[in-house]
Amino acid sequence: MQTLAELEIGAEAYVSRLDAPPPDAQRLMEMGLTAGAKVRVMRQAPLGDPLEVAVRGCRLSIRRADAQAVILSGDDHV
Amino acid sequence: MSDSRPDGNEAGILHIALAGNPNSGKSTLFNLLTGLRQKVANYPGVTVEKKEGVLRLPEGLEVHVVDLPGAYSLNPRSPDEEIAHDVVLGLRDDTRPLDLLVVVVDASNLERNLFFASQLLGVGRPVVIALNMMDVARAAGFVIDVPSLQLALGVPVVAMAANRGEGVAELRAVIARQLTAPSVPRERIPLSPSVAEIVDAAGEAMVAAGLAKLDWARGEVLRLISSQKALDHRRLAGAPSVRAAVEKARGELAARGVAWHTLEATQRYRWIESVLRRARGQREVSENVTDRLDRVFTHRVLGPAILLAVVFAVFAAIFQLAQYPMDAIQSGFDATGRLALRLLPEGLMQDMLVNGVLAGVGSILVFLPQIMLLFLFLGILEDSGYMARVAFIMDRVMGRVGLHGKAFIPLVSSFACAIPGVMATRTIENARDRLVTILVAPLMCCSARWPVYFLLAGTFIPPVRVFGLIPLPAIIIFAMVVLGVVAAVLMAGVFRRTIARGENPSLILELPPYRMPAFGAVFRVMIERGWIFVKNAGTVILAISIVLWALSAFPRRPGASPSEQIRQSYAGKIGHLIEPVIQPLGFDWKIGVAILASFAAREVFVSSMGTIYGVETADSENPTDLRERLRAEADPATGAPFFTPLRAVSLMVYYVLAMQCMSTMAAVRRETGGWKWAVFQFAYMGVLAWGASFLVWHGGRWLGFP
Repeated sequence: MQTLAELEIGAEAYVSRLDAPPPDAQRLMEMGLTAGAKVRVMRQAPLGDPLEVAVRGCRLSIRRADAQAVILSGDDHV
Repeated sequence: MSDSRPDGNEAGILHIALAGNPNSGKSTLFNLLTGLRQKVANYPGVTVEKKEGVLRLPEGLEVHVVDLPGAYSLNPRSPDEEIAHDVVLGLRDDTRPLDLLVVVVDASNLERNLFFASQLLGVGRPVVIALNMMDVARAAGFVIDVPSLQLALGVPVVAMAANRGEGVAELRAVIARQLTAPSVPRERIPLSPSVAEIVDAAGEAMVAAGLAKLDWARGEVLRLISSQKALDHRRLAGAPSVRAAVEKARGELAARGVAWHTLEATQRYRWIESVLRRARGQREVSENVTDRLDRVFTHRVLGPAILLAVVFAVFAAIFQLAQYPMDAIQSGFDATGRLALRLLPEGLMQDMLVNGVLAGVGSILVFLPQIMLLFLFLGILEDSGYMARVAFIMDRVMGRVGLHGKAFIPLVSSFACAIPGVMATRTIENARDRLVTILVAPLMCCSARWPVYFLLAGTFIPPVRVFGLIPLPAIIIFAMVVLGVVAAVLMAGVFRRTIARGENPSLILELPPYRMPAFGAVFRVMIERGWIFVKNAGTVILAISIVLWALSAFPRRPGASPSEQIRQSYAGKIGHLIEPVIQPLGFDWKIGVAILASFAAREVFVSSMGTIYGVETADSENPTDLRERLRAEADPATGAPFFTPLRAVSLMVYYVLAMQCMSTMAAVRRETGGWKWAVFQFAYMGVLAWGASFLVWHGGRWLGFP
């Protein structure tokens, strides 16, 4: 089970589910991180945290601690 | 302008709102639609800007327009989004139900932008989609089939590039058409038959409660099913049947293995994907500009270096450029004072005008150029997209003290002046993050503190060189700057753990593409913010200046010298009165009077000391006479010099930490929507200052310093 925080820079994967409290999960989904969405880690901040993530054509900054709640899978079968 | 001022309550006037994601170009479009006919205020009780204007349509129709704060969703997570939610759903007393929603959508970021748009399509209001930034979308390789998109969304879609003025005339025409023949969009979100049956059953309860129409109930029900906050909202307090129906639907969904709290987002994005498969194509384009810039601006080494250079350049520019207008304002006030002295008969009126109003308001307004320049640079940084990168780079550091990366720039701005710093916290979405940042911002060493430090350190700290290199006064001043930062970090940690605890504040931050700043809009914000400051100076600050003047002007003793007058005035009496409180810090009543007077602004300390000690201080940068007079002051008990280095350090520490600035208090009151936090801040900083000075004075004495 891989999380967004563990995804290598430049690598792509698909969101499988969110392991966050409902209000946080809701906002992550509203920003595009729904099950099946393709994500890619673009880069990390100079100090290693947060991450810049590309999803649905936009760029988001997410702290590693929050990225751990995004569970990934290798394909988009939800 | 006053006769056409929108007040939103006349009968027969049509009301429309611009809604959309942040960075969708909403403000530019609003400026284009309303021109100069707009009004900016705050929504009562919150720090959210309320921008209203009048849109003149063909055939002389006048429409009231409100520019809603940017939002990502109808499920609010910030005060901004709360307001957008309330206005859209017609829940506010100070805004009218909307006759039309103009949803601004960024064509270059269509998928995510359509999420909020899809929610807005389901609130039972006529909708027009302004498909903005078509130029950016084209450059990014997107090919958007507008008629197909319009068909899929079921509402008019106007392709436009507001920053170039493209499509604005068409948008006006479409708005006019929609207002004359309004039609409410039908709900489009497709659901599987079994899920649809459950959801629509709850929808019928909403229709029965009068909260929706059958045509469009589904969208709002989806939101209520997925968001507990939406279901707990006060607007459903009077509709227990709706609550019961939604909870029943949740149960039935769960029984079928459908996770109800992910239902809304999942289904909306699924629908958006299907819409875009038909309406949007993409050409291959080479790596975009933003990626290339980010490779440099967020580079491991170059990123922080560039950030440092930008901050340095902004400060250099502010202090260089602001100097000339500041000198001009200063000499303007001085000249007006001299003119008043000559023209007005000597007496109370003249004294109040010159020494109360002009001196007080002047000492504040002198900072106007600095403040406006700072807003100009902040606006450019924000609008270009660089500000989000600053937050990205600094988030780790700021996160350590429980703040958001976005708190960095407001705090750095506070090194020039806390007022723009406090106002710049508006970019922080989370209310608690914003509050903590506001509370600690005035601990940064603002430019009004320098004259105080220069006077005290330059006069009483022996100019010996440490390691034969750096003069001791410089080291002491530097220590004061550091003390402010350390105090801010510590207090931010304390507030995070006490008054501002709560949910994960800074979950996610959008990094928008870099773009050319809209200089017109930036300039406009600078003028607006500057004007707010001037209005404060004309009201709160004017009142406090007069009070402070009256305290030193009464009771009057005609013929007395200024220093005798102030000694026997109420200010003098208050100085004596508070002497027992400040004596443990090493201060006497005269310092007490200067502290009281410099509540107007910290640098007033210098001129107040001048008045109290009967020295004319023509040059506050280098008050040579005052320095000599202060050095000569003897301790009445011992006959030794009163101002020892230790006493000076204790006083400087007090000025590092105490809230000696009425304009910052006025700004905090404005930004937090009431006196509560301004007073709290005044109190905590006062306690902090007293405690620290006490420790310095007594600790120093204990160590044997005189």
